[in-house]
Amino acid sequence: MNFDKELDARGLNCPLPILRAKKALGEMTSGQTLRIIATDPGSVKDFAAFAKQTGNELLSSAENNKEFEFYIKRK
Amino acid sequence: MSAEIEALINQKLDELLPQKLDALLQERAESKTPKMTIICTKGTLDWGYPPFILASTAAALGWDVTLFFTFYGLQLVKKDISDLKVSPLGNPGMPMKMPFGPDWFKSINWNIPNVVQGNIPGFEAMATSLMKQTIANNGVASLAELRELSQEAGVKFVVCQMTVELFGFDHADFIDGMDYVGAASFLPEAQTAEVNLFI
Repeated sequence: MNFDKELDARGLNCPLPILRAKKALGEMTSGQTLRIIATDPGSVKDFAAFAKQTGNELLSSAENNKEFEFYIKRK
Repeated sequence: MSAEIEALINQKLDELLPQKLDALLQERAESKTPKMTIICTKGTLDWGYPPFILASTAAALGWDVTLFFTFYGLQLVKKDISDLKVSPLGNPGMPMKMPFGPDWFKSINWNIPNVVQGNIPGFEAMATSLMKQTIANNGVASLAELRELSQEAGVKFVVCQMTVELFGFDHADFIDGMDYVGAASFLPEAQTAEVNLFI
């Protein structure tokens, strides 16, 4: 999937991945896509909730090798 | 004739108003920015975390957040919070594990009775340094970092003036950007918030 910006949140724990993602999205323009890689297992539900609450669209959420990958489209 | 029309209008209004009102209320609830207040009363390294984690996250979700610092919670807004401590004394829920060494060693829970902990000089300092190491090992932000992120995100910090005086503090002891208020200022804030927590 194409993306405009990437956030490496590996090794970071709650709530840092969300806070960094919020900051990264703030620096992007509407319609752009942010790719996030995280290792915090709690981030799966957290990014879904974050997207729902903020109106930014969670395009995909996947796990491979204990790493979690998210694509979020900025509102 | 006019009485008939009036009756008709009343009937129509009775039918329409509840629906209209529901729609308006729902629209208003959806457009309102969620709001949270937290009363922060604890001044230890461990209990400093929940307010700043929740405040910074709520701000990231777009909420309006106010933190009210009172009693020992004043410690959390002092300029330097690197000296906050954690004590396993009187806290039987706190595991005592070592943040270094091989896995089998790290998994041991050093179940030291409180009465022993209380009599070993420097036990609290040791527990605090072990906790800080554990925090760093787990990729958890430092308390100062979370506080800064909360402030950057627009979380409002208000401080209980009564306890500032009670404990002999000065406004110069605290970080900038504080509002010094009393209960009468906090309560109306809390009244309009959907989420009110006491930590």
